[in-house]
Amino acid sequence: MITKESVAHVAELSRLSFSDAELTQYTAQLGEILNMVEQLEEVDTTGVPATTQSIHLHNVMREDVPHNDTKVEDLFKNVPTAKGTLIQVPAIIDKEED
Amino acid sequence: MADKLTITAMHAALAAKQTSAQALLAAANARIEAKDGKLQAFLTLNPQAQAQAEAVDQAGDFSQPLAGVPVAVKDNIVTKGLTTTAASKILEHFEPIYDATVVEKLNAAGAVTVGKVNLDEFAMGSSTENSAFKVTKNAWDDSRVPGGSSGGSAAAVAAGEVPVALGTDTGGSIRQPAAFNGVIGIKPTYGRVSRWGVIAFASSLDQVGVLSRTVTDAALTLNVIAGHDDKDATTSPEPVPDFTAKIGKSIAGMKIALPAEYLGEGVDPQVAARIQAAADQFRALGATVETVSLPHTKYAVPAYYIIASSEASSNLQRFDGIRYGFRAQDVKNLTDVYVRSRSEGFGPEVKRRIMLGTFSLSAGFYDAYFKKAAQVRTLITRDFEKVFEDYDLIMGPTTPTVAFKIGDKVTDPLTMYMNDILTIPVNLAGLPAASIPAGFVSDMPVGLQLIGKPFEETTIFQAADAFEAANDYLAQLPGGAE
Repeated sequence: MITKESVAHVAELSRLSFSDAELTQYTAQLGEILNMVEQLEEVDTTGVPATTQSIHLHNVMREDVPHNDTKVEDLFKNVPTAKGTLIQVPAIIDKEED
Repeated sequence: MADKLTITAMHAALAAKQTSAQALLAAANARIEAKDGKLQAFLTLNPQAQAQAEAVDQAGDFSQPLAGVPVAVKDNIVTKGLTTTAASKILEHFEPIYDATVVEKLNAAGAVTVGKVNLDEFAMGSSTENSAFKVTKNAWDDSRVPGGSSGGSAAAVAAGEVPVALGTDTGGSIRQPAAFNGVIGIKPTYGRVSRWGVIAFASSLDQVGVLSRTVTDAALTLNVIAGHDDKDATTSPEPVPDFTAKIGKSIAGMKIALPAEYLGEGVDPQVAARIQAAADQFRALGATVETVSLPHTKYAVPAYYIIASSEASSNLQRFDGIRYGFRAQDVKNLTDVYVRSRSEGFGPEVKRRIMLGTFSLSAGFYDAYFKKAAQVRTLITRDFEKVFEDYDLIMGPTTPTVAFKIGDKVTDPLTMYMNDILTIPVNLAGLPAASIPAGFVSDMPVGLQLIGKPFEETTIFQAADAFEAANDYLAQLPGGAE
């Protein structure tokens, strides 16, 4: 059974934060889901290859032809904050350490 | 009375100069105005639609079936200059700078994009209740869900707002809402349609498809959107047939399999009875229908939720609040931008799947969860391959029950997931499948699912058309003959 501590660890890996109440709820829900998933243990998969795609194409290659069909100003249309052609982000150094 | 809200009827009227693209757009807008206050299918109307319709009228070429026809597009498919949200707060004001290949193809065919329709956030859900913006209603009963995740597409088509809509299907997201709303929904073979410009959920499962009021309309629209795309390396080089080629042809001699597992535990006996009745109709039309077994069916849901969530957790890493989308305010440092933007921008179901996926891929759990699920996926695929050695088509219900009530399952993820048991195996195997109307239980539509061999959508359309012609479900759609 998944513990609240491991859910908190997964949250950190996922770059998500939860309140204590949310963590408790997610622990219960993920526990239930993983419990359902454990049915898979019944299936004998000895020697069975894994399927990760169903199109059966491998290493699709194309010529490396340079093309320029996106304008820089278009690329900046959805940037939250920018200065010229630079994306502006908050200070990377923790403000509390200033 | 003949349904006028079909592509076929609109095309005939346009070709005969009895109407114009602008008049059809105005009529669609009037229906949306009248119905959508209650239905809540649309998220955004396209301010460029009028200009698009004018251009089509100006050109005056209605030789292509979709020229001048109003269409709706699921809001996880990007449209240049037209807000595309995936029904997520994290993309609330996102304005794409290019069109998805399927949208480009619709435009080239002269279709007029009326607007963008609602979905479960990032297509994760089976009821459209996970939308960050609105709760779409079932076109038949507004106390019930329209299904999901393409709930907006299905409700808009069933209510007659538009004749056709694009949807996406990762675990049943076209077929299940089509079933719940009594319309046609086809998920083509994986690789048949480009995913370029489709906001990724689970890349090995996602596929774009069509929701429409008739089988022919679905085939005509698939003719437009299918085909290899240099921008999507997972599109198939297989030649694209005319998907209407076998429509109208007899199904005498067709061999149809009915898996025992699809009528078993968890399937409403009244729904199962409708499917048995459909099997009898196919027999009366000259096909054979025999019971078969797909023994790994019950493992499809757990395998799917591990695989789809794992892929989603990876795909959704791109939403970091830096280059586009929602960025949290008053953040302390860069990590805080990521964590707070994601935590405030994503809804609960999306977070649940990111968490499940990250867990399944994390050190120490990968073999037991992701790898095991991927191996079971192989066995599920082999089940289908074995049946298709002897049969042309597989039939069964699309969903275990008819549309459920709004609020009934949304707080219980596991019950919601089990609703997808009959549609998920198809995505895991990459097969084409459609849902078509097969009658009613408690006055709500029942969906008949037809599953084909890879790249044999034409066989699905052939059987679906024969079934449609033998019934009269189209006439019963809400708002059909007005």
